[in-house]
Amino acid sequence: MIRDVRIVSSRFGLANSHRLSTVLMRGAYDSLPIHLKRPPEQIVRAVDESGLRGKGGGGAPAGEKWKLMPRNSDTPSYLVVNCDESEPGTFKDREIITRDPHLLIEGMILTSYAIGANHAYIYIRGEYKSFELILRRAVDEAYEAGFLGRDIAGSGFDLDITIHRGGGAYICGEKSALLESLEGKRGHPRLKPKGKEPEWYFGAPALVNNVETIASVPYIVMNGARCYRQFGTAQSPGTLLFSLSGHIERPGIYEAEFGVSMMEYIERFGGGVKGKKKLKGVIPGGISTPILTAEEAARATLDYESLRTLGSSLGTGGMIVLSSEADMHGVLKNILGFYRHESCGQCTPCREGTSWSDQIASRMLRGEATMKDLDKLLELADTMNGKTICVFAPAVSGVILSIIDKFRDEFTERLRP
Amino acid sequence: MSFAFSPENLGKIEKLRSRYPSPKALTLPLLWLVQEQEGYIPGEAFDAIAEITTWSPMDIYKSASFYTMLRFEPAGKYHIKICRSLSCTLCGQAMLYRHLREKLGIKAGETTADGRFTIERVECLGSCGTAPAMQINDIYYEELNTLKLDTILENLP
Repeated sequence: MIRDVRIVSSRFGLANSHRLSTVLMRGAYDSLPIHLKRPPEQIVRAVDESGLRGKGGGGAPAGEKWKLMPRNSDTPSYLVVNCDESEPGTFKDREIITRDPHLLIEGMILTSYAIGANHAYIYIRGEYKSFELILRRAVDEAYEAGFLGRDIAGSGFDLDITIHRGGGAYICGEKSALLESLEGKRGHPRLKPKGKEPEWYFGAPALVNNVETIASVPYIVMNGARCYRQFGTAQSPGTLLFSLSGHIERPGIYEAEFGVSMMEYIERFGGGVKGKKKLKGVIPGGISTPILTAEEAARATLDYESLRTLGSSLGTGGMIVLSSEADMHGVLKNILGFYRHESCGQCTPCREGTSWSDQIASRMLRGEATMKDLDKLLELADTMNGKTICVFAPAVSGVILSIIDKFRDEFTERLRP
Repeated sequence: MSFAFSPENLGKIEKLRSRYPSPKALTLPLLWLVQEQEGYIPGEAFDAIAEITTWSPMDIYKSASFYTMLRFEPAGKYHIKICRSLSCTLCGQAMLYRHLREKLGIKAGETTADGRFTIERVECLGSCGTAPAMQINDIYYEELNTLKLDTILENLP
């Protein structure tokens, strides 16, 4: 039985929930007068102990990242909120910024205070212009009410928020590419450092977190780490705005705690597979996560560990449901077309590999491919794995391998001799 | 042809300067201002942006050419962007695209002779839960079917 838990979406149902006047009576910004007086370290500790994990797809512990931010340094520190949501199957950050933008702003104030930042950015994908306007209005409202700017809620703490519009590039959702883009350059991911260190924005330490991660902070700060941990599992505490799309009766966003059964979630919130068709597979967390067969989906629970055990990943929690109607040739071609378009072009295995594999998938779709082509596709998947700067190409590799491996008969049937 | 920021945009740029630790960060905001002002980014604008941001004009072009939403030539009055990613595809975007193509007599990447419509097929718009979806300029239209599409196009001013 799935419990109803609403940590991030608790105010989504209110009429005009994006307006300050609405949410002010419903707890918005209540945390500020109390918690902006506490030592910042205590807020970092609360988030660390809550086990909050990054909700943008990676699932890395948020507290670990926060602790890397330097204390009392001479250079300014920055918070950068990643709202470059572009992973197919994912549309949750959009819900937060349009249905409760003040929750995000409150989370940004608490986070900035905790890490010692006085300026925070929201990097929002360019396509979200109409949602950005709602968010901008919320930021303006927060300034007017004294929740942003100088001496917030009488605490002596200052914070400015700047919304920065992206230009249409999937890769800018990768945090170092996002920072390159925020510095005015092409969104090319940076080489990963050897040891643990913060991200850097014009040489100053920066914390990059996803919208939903930051929107989870007010609840944790107000209620404490233990309260957050009463939901979810020991290793995946709390909740996520899981989402459903594809062949599903009721697509949408539904918050749930980690660890619930995937199929129960699909039935309870999504009303099951569209047209009562047979389930063929589920892509569990955006197209970059390896596909699950119906049998695997039946065993899956919605947490990082279960999906890893099944050889996939929880990703963004954006599930794409495929019924028996789905043609896997079409699915593979569609996904590879996306990657070909979105590869940033920096690393050769990715730039060339996505293009070549897309061409092979086209031939396979048209029934013009031979076994040699299929083998070449698998070889390319191998070449793309582990030889590039960021995780884009390895994800493509995993996606190709999982789809071919799990639906191999479907593919070999259409091959020419 | 020459390019100059409008007085209103020059005012916006002054405000933007204080929001970033380096003028270099103004690249994307300024590219957007140019595109909003002109409908596209004329080559002459690179010099104006370079001067403010302290990048070279070539750096500005290098950045600008990376981002798919930035245009170097004008689009139609109504720029239709139809999503072709997986969830929209599973919900029938191909049929919508075909309908659009037949109705307007142009393919993706083309503009009608009267300059009214441009069609583009784009990647995920973040409307997977309300698929299939498209944008006309910056406005979203979701849970589409051919009938709805006809009504939307007919009601455009």
